[in-house]
Amino acid sequence: MKYLPLVWAQLFRRKTRTVLTVLSVLVAFLLFGLLQAVQIAFESGADSADAKRLLTTARYSIIEPLPMAYSTRIERVPGVVAVAYADWFGAKYQNESNAFAVFAVEPARYLDMYPEFEIAPGQREAFIKTRTGAVAGQRLVDRYGWKIGQKLPISSEIHAKTDGSLDWEFDLVGVFDADDPAVRANTEVVLINVAYFDEARQFGRGKTGWYITRIADAEQARTIAADVDRLFMNSPDETKTAPEKEFAIGFAKQIGDIGALVTRILLAVFFTILILTGNTMAQAIRERIPELAILKTLGFSNLAVTALVLGEAALLLALGATLGMLTAVGIIPGLNSATGGRFPPLFVHAETFIWAAGVALVLALAVGLPPAVRVHRLRIVEALAGHR
Amino acid sequence: MSSLNQIAQITLINLQNVPRRLGTSLVVVVGIAGVVGVLVSVLAMGEGFRHTLASTGRSSRVIMLRAGSDAEMSSGVGRDQATLLGALPGAARDEGGRPLVSAELFVMVDLPRQGQADPNNVPFRGVQPAAFAIRDEVRIIEGRRYERGVREVIVGRKAAREFAGLGVGSHIAFRDSDWTVVGTFESGGDVHESEIWADAEVAMSAFRRTGFQSVTATLADPTDGGLADLRASIARDRRLSINVLREPEYYARQASILSRLIGVLGYSVATFMAIGATFGALNCMYSAIASRQTEIATLRAIGFGGAPVVVSVMIEALALALVGGVVGATLAYVYCDGASLSTLNFNTFSQVAFDFRVTPGLLLQGMVWALLIGAAGGLLPAIRAARVPVTVALRTA
Repeated sequence: MKYLPLVWAQLFRRKTRTVLTVLSVLVAFLLFGLLQAVQIAFESGADSADAKRLLTTARYSIIEPLPMAYSTRIERVPGVVAVAYADWFGAKYQNESNAFAVFAVEPARYLDMYPEFEIAPGQREAFIKTRTGAVAGQRLVDRYGWKIGQKLPISSEIHAKTDGSLDWEFDLVGVFDADDPAVRANTEVVLINVAYFDEARQFGRGKTGWYITRIADAEQARTIAADVDRLFMNSPDETKTAPEKEFAIGFAKQIGDIGALVTRILLAVFFTILILTGNTMAQAIRERIPELAILKTLGFSNLAVTALVLGEAALLLALGATLGMLTAVGIIPGLNSATGGRFPPLFVHAETFIWAAGVALVLALAVGLPPAVRVHRLRIVEALAGHR
Repeated sequence: MSSLNQIAQITLINLQNVPRRLGTSLVVVVGIAGVVGVLVSVLAMGEGFRHTLASTGRSSRVIMLRAGSDAEMSSGVGRDQATLLGALPGAARDEGGRPLVSAELFVMVDLPRQGQADPNNVPFRGVQPAAFAIRDEVRIIEGRRYERGVREVIVGRKAAREFAGLGVGSHIAFRDSDWTVVGTFESGGDVHESEIWADAEVAMSAFRRTGFQSVTATLADPTDGGLADLRASIARDRRLSINVLREPEYYARQASILSRLIGVLGYSVATFMAIGATFGALNCMYSAIASRQTEIATLRAIGFGGAPVVVSVMIEALALALVGGVVGATLAYVYCDGASLSTLNFNTFSQVAFDFRVTPGLLLQGMVWALLIGAAGGLLPAIRAARVPVTVALRTA
């Protein structure tokens, strides 16, 4: 540590060059932080998944409905603790298709299934008791400026009421939110009471979209999933049951390999940074060969001088990486409000910091080692004689 | 000596010098190649997606959906309504006098991608016989058309490529039915190539549906007047609550969300990378002029003006940027153009397969970015080179 001032002085020997290099590294790590956040946002479903929850959909296509009567049968499967279901409403709000998701649910069962959705007990009671009731995620309430007690006019693209109209109206009786940023993306939803919805709709009565099952032991997820599917095998409505996490991963995979796309972009970014900082380091060391020779003359060992050069590379990368990640953390709230909730909320995950540190270390070694080796082999006499 | 001549002289000296500063010059080239490569490839993805949807349909054809629905997935047209729509005078007729109208079932089926196990929402379309006369761009390229009344399907070229088990002769199980793939079709690279087609009646019984999702028809009179007449006759009939859109209008809408998302991603990543590359270019050009400080000062001492120095440094920066741009664009073209991809279209919730399209417009855009970065990276060093007093430059060099 006592050499830090020396390394620092070496690094900033040519201020313009170092500052520009640090800025490039900063931008690279800023991109790293942001793109990782985007990737995690796309895959966040998998992150917030509860290992003790299973999802059951129609076997051949996720959009086929299932009979509501399945809940009592799933409940009887050994190892099952609770069952809830939800149906896709196909919302159109202010003339915009799928502005947000609306699920028709049995209030108590559904809210119990997702304890991570926090709602005031009074509002929960109101949702259970109000047939035309609806509760909405905090992010939606903020975006549209809704107030508890108001009417929510939402059209459906799928479900007509018995009078043939597609325009529905619900009473907003509560708001829920989640602390965990990975879960918060899932709160962009309006829940409506299925009791009213099912009675008032023209078609599809007695059917629902999918089932959510809580099990006692996550280890038994596969067995129980197979047991559930066996119940309905060879019936008109066969099912497919999988742990929530697998379901979420499967959904992310439908979009495609976001991870591979992000990785390729980042490879291009870091390759550029490698060339850039590598060049800066090589240049900086070349200019200082005589100085380093003098250090050796003064009694610095080969190893110490090598360490000084490596330290310089490490400091350069560490500065850039730290500032870059801090910038990412700094601008993400702005980005989140700029997207106006059109996109799941971004945040820099703890893991991303560890990855950033790892990448910075690898880069530091890659750009620091060649000049360090050169300095290690440096012969004082030749260096001082002006061989460059 | 004219300024032009001066510029040419200094630029020549500068460029001859480049090989000696290969390392720093390489930084500019690689940095800019990275920006251009990433920009062009990401935008080529968006371009390919947009093109696939934009090339779907013709303005002489219309798609009819239930009023209030923006996509086939959420639409529903009952059998009785479909019959009424089929009899409307606004639709064209074939030589035999049969209306060019096809009521279609549109559902999702789960199929894994090639070499994977996870299910994807692949669109499955049940069509009526007129569908082939309406969409005459559809051509069978392998096997044959399905027979009516039989559980046979034909598969779009891109669906066959992206998803497993869709080769001619293979069997697929949907619901409680077993289907045989009897043919592969192409339709000019449009969105239908991501679909599986079957006879509507067979599909309806297999998927236990009682209604259709949409009705597609060729207009008897493709002008706006003809469309207005069709809309008016639908509006007059109280039994119908139907929205009529020209096909290109409908399909362009289906591209909105994903196109925007890809555009935002491409431009924001490229902007950040461009900022980083500009710092790299600045660095390079500063060190370039530093290494030539004596030369430049000498030139100015013997009568060369400041402007030629600035211009020559700019030309060097732009030349390097151009090389970087060409490298990046070439890489993007070689690796991306024509590469195929399938993703979930958020508008329709179903898979769309498309190819990356590196268009001349995108390449040009890449070059513009490259030159802008080069200009931004060259300007400050150029000015500094011209402004350092000759005496100082000669003394400190």
